[in-house]
Amino acid sequence: MISLAGRDIMHAWGKFVFTGVGLGLLIGVTLSMAGIYRGMVDDAKVLLDNSRADLWVVQKDTLGPYAEPSSLYEDTWRSIRGMQGVATVANVTYLTMQVRKEARDVRAMIVGIAPGKATTPGWPPYLVAGRQITRSHYEAVADIATGFNLGDHLTIRRNHYKVVGLTRRMVSSGGDPMVFIPLKDAQEAQFLKDNDAIWQSRRRTEANPAFNRPGSPGLLDAVITSQSSNPYVNAALVRIETGYSAEDVAESIRRWKRLTVYTRSQMEQILVGKLIATSAKQIGMFLVILSIVSAAIVAFIIYTLTLGKIREIAVLKLIGTRNRTIAAMIVQQAIALGVIGFVVGKITATLFMAPIFPKYVLLEPLDSVRGFAIVILICVLSSAIAIRAALKVDPAEAIGG
Amino acid sequence: MNSKGIRIENLKKRYGSGDTAVYALKDVNMHVAPGEVVGLIGPSGSGKSTLLKCLGAVIDPTAGRMILGNEIIYDQGWKVRDLRALRRDKIGFVFQAPYLIPFLDVTDNVALLPMLAGVPNGEARAKALELLTALDVQHRAGAMPSQLSGGEQQRVAIARGLVNRPPVILADEPTAPLDSERAMAVIRILNDMARKFETAIIVVTHDEKIIPTFKRIYHIRDGVTHEEAGEGRKFE
Repeated sequence: MISLAGRDIMHAWGKFVFTGVGLGLLIGVTLSMAGIYRGMVDDAKVLLDNSRADLWVVQKDTLGPYAEPSSLYEDTWRSIRGMQGVATVANVTYLTMQVRKEARDVRAMIVGIAPGKATTPGWPPYLVAGRQITRSHYEAVADIATGFNLGDHLTIRRNHYKVVGLTRRMVSSGGDPMVFIPLKDAQEAQFLKDNDAIWQSRRRTEANPAFNRPGSPGLLDAVITSQSSNPYVNAALVRIETGYSAEDVAESIRRWKRLTVYTRSQMEQILVGKLIATSAKQIGMFLVILSIVSAAIVAFIIYTLTLGKIREIAVLKLIGTRNRTIAAMIVQQAIALGVIGFVVGKITATLFMAPIFPKYVLLEPLDSVRGFAIVILICVLSSAIAIRAALKVDPAEAIGG
Repeated sequence: MNSKGIRIENLKKRYGSGDTAVYALKDVNMHVAPGEVVGLIGPSGSGKSTLLKCLGAVIDPTAGRMILGNEIIYDQGWKVRDLRALRRDKIGFVFQAPYLIPFLDVTDNVALLPMLAGVPNGEARAKALELLTALDVQHRAGAMPSQLSGGEQQRVAIARGLVNRPPVILADEPTAPLDSERAMAVIRILNDMARKFETAIIVVTHDEKIIPTFKRIYHIRDGVTHEEAGEGRKFE
């Protein structure tokens, strides 16, 4: 038996291909949306991977440092370092802001890293060009997604930094590229006020009789000094010694230091389950809407194509064609449309959308397989209306009268 | 198998019921022998199309009897289980417009019926080509329907109606869209094929040009058939 669907498609291949391309663009957007969600999850995991920490010690009862603000005294790390099972501890600060380079600015996550070496938690694990930060101030390592180059001079608050190294795929959970600077500079950047505000703050302190007493000559200077520095960091990143359980060490820190401590899996849960949860829901909604729109388009196209063949279907039924042969013809056409659409969609998502989209788009092969199965399922379900219309055609219509 | 052609006895068809009942066919009696071509004529609304639909097993008669070849196919109810197979294997259709499947070439339009009956593609195409040769359209075997003239399309449609060698062919105004010359050609072909394949052919027509060619004519008026002799004029 010849393939009626195949012959019909070959007879009107231009209409089919163009319809498939239109559908494919929609499928391409759908696949890209899934890729954006995967990219967000991957960004979150990369953020955790690149920090190379086993534990995140943060302010008590907060979800810091990524999902909520958190501040610890900068010397907290010393007491944590002395605890059993702790190999290394490093302070870290995170601040998302606009980083300026001459006339343009880039949104970036400024990461303040403690003095150390490339293996210190919080440091960029590898560079694609240049070197790590070696000075205590005014050097930066930037992700290449910022568009900065080696030797560029950046402005963060009032200070200027020279880019000495470039890294890749170092991004925040929101996809903002990272710029690493020395910890002291980052603390200052978090705290630093403009000159007018500093001047006003000093005036207010001087005017306060509690801080400016004649009998305590050094008090005012001490208060002003404490007001103009930032002794806080956002978190302490901990690496544990081999042979110790992360959960046990975390529990010990919680108990004795009265701080909140997250393990890798808990932090992953916070990032994926809370920080990007809203975005994931929005993307999920878009996916559902796009799937419904795709289904409606396929249903409409197949229905229209079927209505255009009502007379032929009546003749086919009159000369003895089985209903299942006619239904199979419609389903096969819907599937063919889905296959054309999926191939076009996959190419569009891979070659055109992912490279130019401003966020990281991760197109996983398994998602493509799932997407293909869903597209075919939608096409088969969408053809139901057309099949119903075809099966209702009365063979007597071919005779007329 | 075709020894008796088709016989219709006291066929009735009622639409609706009770006060609104309308008899489209009140008393239809016909007999068409194998190899014979008869005309079925009547004014609009006389019941021609309803009769054709009943004969084509597309709608159910209300009462009466239909015998196809040696087999009673209807006697106060259908006696065949699979009406679709009955239409496919034992009744050929030729329509007013050819209604060829636009996405199949000429050969496959004709070969489709045997293929639907389970005949292998090669064998079905060979049967189709044999008929296309008999109807002198073999040179258009690979063409699409849209590339054929009206007369060629109608000859292909006749080939499709004949391909399963049915005992009866129902032709619904087969010459309506054709000029005199082509209309006569189609009637000649139908007569030739009826003789060649021992097929009983019923031609429903309004066409004054072809009515004189029938040896027997059934007039249908108000759902009742009346048989009369035709002129049986020879073809040019």
